[in-house]
Amino acid sequence: MSQAWATSPSHALLGVAERASRRSRSTGRRRMILISGLAMLAVAIVLILCAPLLVSKSPTAIDVLHPLAPPLTPGHLLGTDQYGRDTLARILYGGRIDLAIAFGATSVTLVFGTLVGLIAGYFGGWVDSLLMRIVDLFFAFPFLVLIIAIIAMLGPSIFNMFVAIWITSWVSYARIMRAQTVVAKKQQYVLAARTLGYSRTRVMLRHILPNTASAVIIFSMVDAVGNITLAAALGFLGLGAQPPTPEWGTMISDGQAYILSSSWWLATMPGLAIVFVGIAFSLIGDGLADVLRPGER
Amino acid sequence: MAEPLAGPVSEPLLTVDDLHTYLATGQGVVRAVDGVSFTVGEAEVLGIVGESGCGKTVTCRTIMGLMPRRIAFSSGKVIYHPRGSGSILDLPQSEMQKLRGAHLAMIFQDPMTALNPVRSIGDQLIEAVTAHARPSRAAARDRAIELLIRVGIPAPERRMSDYPFQFSGGMLQRALIAIALASSPRLLLADEPTTSLDVIIQDQILSLLVELQRDTGMSMILVSHDLAVITEVCDRVIVMYGGQVVEEGDTATIITSPSHPYTKALLEALPQADQRGLLRSIPGAPPSLIDTPAGCRFAPRCPLAVQECTSWVTELVQAEGTGHRARCWRHHEVGKVGAWQASDSA
Repeated sequence: MSQAWATSPSHALLGVAERASRRSRSTGRRRMILISGLAMLAVAIVLILCAPLLVSKSPTAIDVLHPLAPPLTPGHLLGTDQYGRDTLARILYGGRIDLAIAFGATSVTLVFGTLVGLIAGYFGGWVDSLLMRIVDLFFAFPFLVLIIAIIAMLGPSIFNMFVAIWITSWVSYARIMRAQTVVAKKQQYVLAARTLGYSRTRVMLRHILPNTASAVIIFSMVDAVGNITLAAALGFLGLGAQPPTPEWGTMISDGQAYILSSSWWLATMPGLAIVFVGIAFSLIGDGLADVLRPGER
Repeated sequence: MAEPLAGPVSEPLLTVDDLHTYLATGQGVVRAVDGVSFTVGEAEVLGIVGESGCGKTVTCRTIMGLMPRRIAFSSGKVIYHPRGSGSILDLPQSEMQKLRGAHLAMIFQDPMTALNPVRSIGDQLIEAVTAHARPSRAAARDRAIELLIRVGIPAPERRMSDYPFQFSGGMLQRALIAIALASSPRLLLADEPTTSLDVIIQDQILSLLVELQRDTGMSMILVSHDLAVITEVCDRVIVMYGGQVVEEGDTATIITSPSHPYTKALLEALPQADQRGLLRSIPGAPPSLIDTPAGCRFAPRCPLAVQECTSWVTELVQAEGTGHRARCWRHHEVGKVGAWQASDSA
């Protein structure tokens, strides 16, 4: 009797369970999101770094005989702008600035903001109050207005755009990290670590940080996209890269006058480049969110 | 106010003298620990027993210097004898840090949360080994594996790379014990180490603790609300109630002839194997530690209480047996009361 039962499992039930277990193997599928994001970003980076090999034309070379050539014109895959400069070359070279901002501006604010939040959250008391009031001060101003004010003060240039982002956008990281740290420091493992005579620095960096870093890392991916669009916006306002330096935002800004005439590609092509890189970072952020949180899988 | 201390048999290792820890809360000042004195001898196991909120954990954390300084205020002395006769209560954090882990270690009630969830067991063990010494990487790893073997974790080399969520509760407590013992502390404070474990694992962990204590010759303070656990393991016991020590003495004396009504009530609340009917409990609730009434804190729940109890300036008085003291001026009557009518409430 029991043997018969053992040899004939319920096939219907087995099928349901197997399907469910296949679904729960979604770690791999979720990792696919991360991998595809990384792949897209890698493609963008390779294209941008290899720009001199891919396009023969200089992004600033003016060709007055062929202005506003449409895409797929021989020699100009994505056409040319009003001065006859090759759009593809400008997008590839311009990407250097945009990706430099995505990485350079974001990494500095990520590290600095995280440390500030960690210290404020862990030490508490007046240290916390002081640091968080400084953060509040930054949040009190509209973000873009603050950045524009700083750049206006320092003078428009790419480096000053970095400086303005460094000064203003660490505050989000500090807030996120502080909230996470305040929660984490009440956990038993932090008490246990202190019981073992570990120093404050060790408790902060080796016990609290690994438990709280995922939130800021994921946010930094969103922020990287934000910084690219910010750079584009500043370029659009003429506060970022100065002509003739190619930069995606500046290109959109220059191209806007032609959108309603037939030369739509001037603004559209760099816009698509921003969308592509933005999607790549978003996918990485989503993927990291899944991978970095063990136990929630 | 410091009373003469009933000493342990061996050389003293840690002396707590008239320790008060008051907590500043929104509701008022909580007198969590109010005049606690005891001594732990070398290689001695001292039990601290009492119900929730009687100040056991706060006492331990004050000794370890782990109470938040902004809201917890302490007075009295905590003397760690190998360090000299100065109180370690006033030591700066940096000095306390050197004591913690290396000399005084602590294990916690809930092993599930006391390990860092995102780091491997081996990583955390190695960190504990290297916290107060500078061994080579290989030596630290060997020591970590040795510790895991010592606490009875099978296949330790493979288990080193496991994360806490891959361990069961009992194994986590074993790993925590291993971490606590990494720097060979002289005194281990075990704060309800078996409360969150099931009975069989509880027994295993207790045996492990006793075995380790005997092998290493360290002293141990075992905190529990469970008298059965305490009597199984400890040489001496102090019973706490309402932030005070209400009775102290060696384990056998306390069990056989309790001299404080509270201890007696606790003992009678233990379910017996042949017991029928309702379980006994102590009527009433523990006193509020914010507006603590004068006199004996157990008086409102005590079947022996008389008018004088509420005005008595309580102190530990000598009871029968050496080193046996109770905070009850009618202690010689405690043994005479038979079945406690009052404690039969459901």
